[in-house]
Amino acid sequence: MRKVIWFSLAMLLAFSLALAGCGGGTETGGDSGGGTANGGSTDGETAGGGSEPKEVTLQFMHLWPAGSARQQNMIVNSIIEQFQNEYPHITIEQDILENEQYKNKLKVVSTSNSLPDIGMTWAAGFLEPYVKGQLFAPLDDLLEDGFKDEFVVGTVEAYAIDGKTYALPIELNIVPVYYNKALFEQFNLEVPETYDEFRHIVDTLAANGIAPIALGNRDRWTGSLWFMYLADRIGGDALNRAIDRSGSFTDESLVRAAAEVQELVRANAFNRGFNGLSNDEAKAEFLNGQAAMYLMGSWEHPNFTTNDEIPQEFRDSVGFFKFPIVEGGSGDINSWVGGPGVGLFVAENSPAKEEAKLFVRYFVEKWGEQAVTEAGVIPATKVDTANVDLPQKFIDLLNELNSASNITLFADVQMSPGVAEVHLNMIQSLFGLEIEPEEFAEVHEEALASEQ
Amino acid sequence: MNKVMSNKWIIALYVLPGFMFLAVLVYIPIVLTGYYGLMEWHGLGEMKFIGLGNYIKLIKDEMFWKSAYHSFLLALFSALSLIGYLLVALILAGRIKGADLFRKIYLIPMLLSSVAIAQLWLKIYHPTNGVLNLLLVAIGVEQPPTWLADPKIVLYAVFLAILWQYAGFYILIYYAALKNVPSALEEAARIDGAGPWQVAWKIKLPLISGVIKVTVVLAIVGSLKYFDLIYVMTGGGPNGASEVMASYMYRHAFKSFDFGYSSAIGFFLLLICLVVTWLIRKLTASDDHVQYS
Repeated sequence: MRKVIWFSLAMLLAFSLALAGCGGGTETGGDSGGGTANGGSTDGETAGGGSEPKEVTLQFMHLWPAGSARQQNMIVNSIIEQFQNEYPHITIEQDILENEQYKNKLKVVSTSNSLPDIGMTWAAGFLEPYVKGQLFAPLDDLLEDGFKDEFVVGTVEAYAIDGKTYALPIELNIVPVYYNKALFEQFNLEVPETYDEFRHIVDTLAANGIAPIALGNRDRWTGSLWFMYLADRIGGDALNRAIDRSGSFTDESLVRAAAEVQELVRANAFNRGFNGLSNDEAKAEFLNGQAAMYLMGSWEHPNFTTNDEIPQEFRDSVGFFKFPIVEGGSGDINSWVGGPGVGLFVAENSPAKEEAKLFVRYFVEKWGEQAVTEAGVIPATKVDTANVDLPQKFIDLLNELNSASNITLFADVQMSPGVAEVHLNMIQSLFGLEIEPEEFAEVHEEALASEQ
Repeated sequence: MNKVMSNKWIIALYVLPGFMFLAVLVYIPIVLTGYYGLMEWHGLGEMKFIGLGNYIKLIKDEMFWKSAYHSFLLALFSALSLIGYLLVALILAGRIKGADLFRKIYLIPMLLSSVAIAQLWLKIYHPTNGVLNLLLVAIGVEQPPTWLADPKIVLYAVFLAILWQYAGFYILIYYAALKNVPSALEEAARIDGAGPWQVAWKIKLPLISGVIKVTVVLAIVGSLKYFDLIYVMTGGGPNGASEVMASYMYRHAFKSFDFGYSSAIGFFLLLICLVVTWLIRKLTASDDHVQYS
């Protein structure tokens, strides 16, 4: 009897402690944030004075764990080490999470206003709520003295809102058309420069029972790439103008691009059942040689150059070409669809903003030197292709990047999340021949207009 | 020990930990969801109170009603499929040879995680390399359906996978219930001249009617809030052709970042489930309790 009571009391105590622990957790989180805040602000002053630098600790939150992104993780560690050697008074502490957890945590810590000093963000639509909440610091002063020219055209701009830049990009991807050289040779096909030539390739392959294009449109953004390129080649920047509301989505060229997509579908240009396939399943068809072309981001480039898991023979037989120009359209063949991946931000309420900015710039520069050779990641800064040791196909791609006239950011990233959902669903309907091009345009126009 | 259990305070003390967990993990989130449902909130920044605005939007939202229709359709199919499961269980419980082996085979899908099942069915349904279409081509079908891409078929294709997923679970429940029916009753009926059909219909089914009611509730409510396979296999696509209420809620919360609206959907879903459960209980309530012995 007595024992029972003691036991239950002990349980109660343990439980209430556990609860207190939960409650306290958030508090201590806030406290430690405040702690660095105090420590940091004094540091900030001395750094401004420039006499004797005091110890500063910077929190750096990123999404490259040693397990799933080993090479990136190693580069990050080596950059931090170099930085700390050069600036001994600054210590960088890392907080590493997987992609999805990273996004969730970023959201949670920003609601409690305890963002890390430095972290990673995505461009445009993702960035916007954080900037509106005044959580990120403008980094324009870093871009002065010509640093901006180090970046590939159109990358930094993706992180600008109302004329101020809130993050510096470190990754960049463009979307070439990958093609299977062996299949092209088999049917005497050549790399197309014009859309008519491209249509000829599609018709020839389809007539011979080969799926011309591998597309996994269950993921929806994959189909969006096709629409974006056609819109770009036909109407120039009509799509961009429709999204930033200086134009309209019912623009004739966008309707024509949508109609052209449906033409391709009717010509059996895509693999069967593409609307039910994921991108990975479509990629498998391309890798199996069942489909001849694959429009995809250059993050796949290592798979066609250095990835040993894919047979050398197949890697050698993959080439890439620029999306062909449409006769009579106002597009330029050097204009790419693509966009920067993650960029580095500095928290607005960071107590050591100057040191954080220093690190961001240092990181971007060093990253640009190492990313592509060591991890196969294309940095957003220009790469000097004469001095790197890389497979030729990689160098070709980097050269294309350096001569890019324009990079149009992925449509679903440009749009706010709500409109992006509409866009992606409409893409699936368009490819499924469920709606007419005019209706496709009108639904977009409505969604975009209602955001105003 | 009895003395301890007669003390209300001690009872409360014992119940407290469990109740706390339940409250923190279930009841409080429900209340919070109801609260967020009244807000315009994008998961970040300020919440704005808009009263029943989200619910009014919900009532007018065609896509929501379409997904609700799909959910109810799934509930209907699940409920009807129970008849099939019951038949299988009756046969298995009828002391046929190898019943034990079959029972285990039927249970296998229960042991697989939803994602594994989804991957399995994705392979089966693959339009060009899938087992199903290769089979159809082999028997001479020239253009086999693209199961998950055709908006007219996709819903039923996924339903089939879902029904397969839960078959073992219900068969096991029925099997256990049927095994509990005293064999003396069956023998008595046999002696009175009842055939196997009559034994099943007049003796066994009434005796397990309580279990059947529970499975009907489980199947219907489970279908209404169903999410897993839909999410992995189609993501609700193409363009909402296989969307159900839970996946629609997910899409609004984590794709459109419209947490206020998706909370309203979630709360509404809860209400629907409660009402349906109550209805089923009401409709199947009966006074005559059939008992063993």
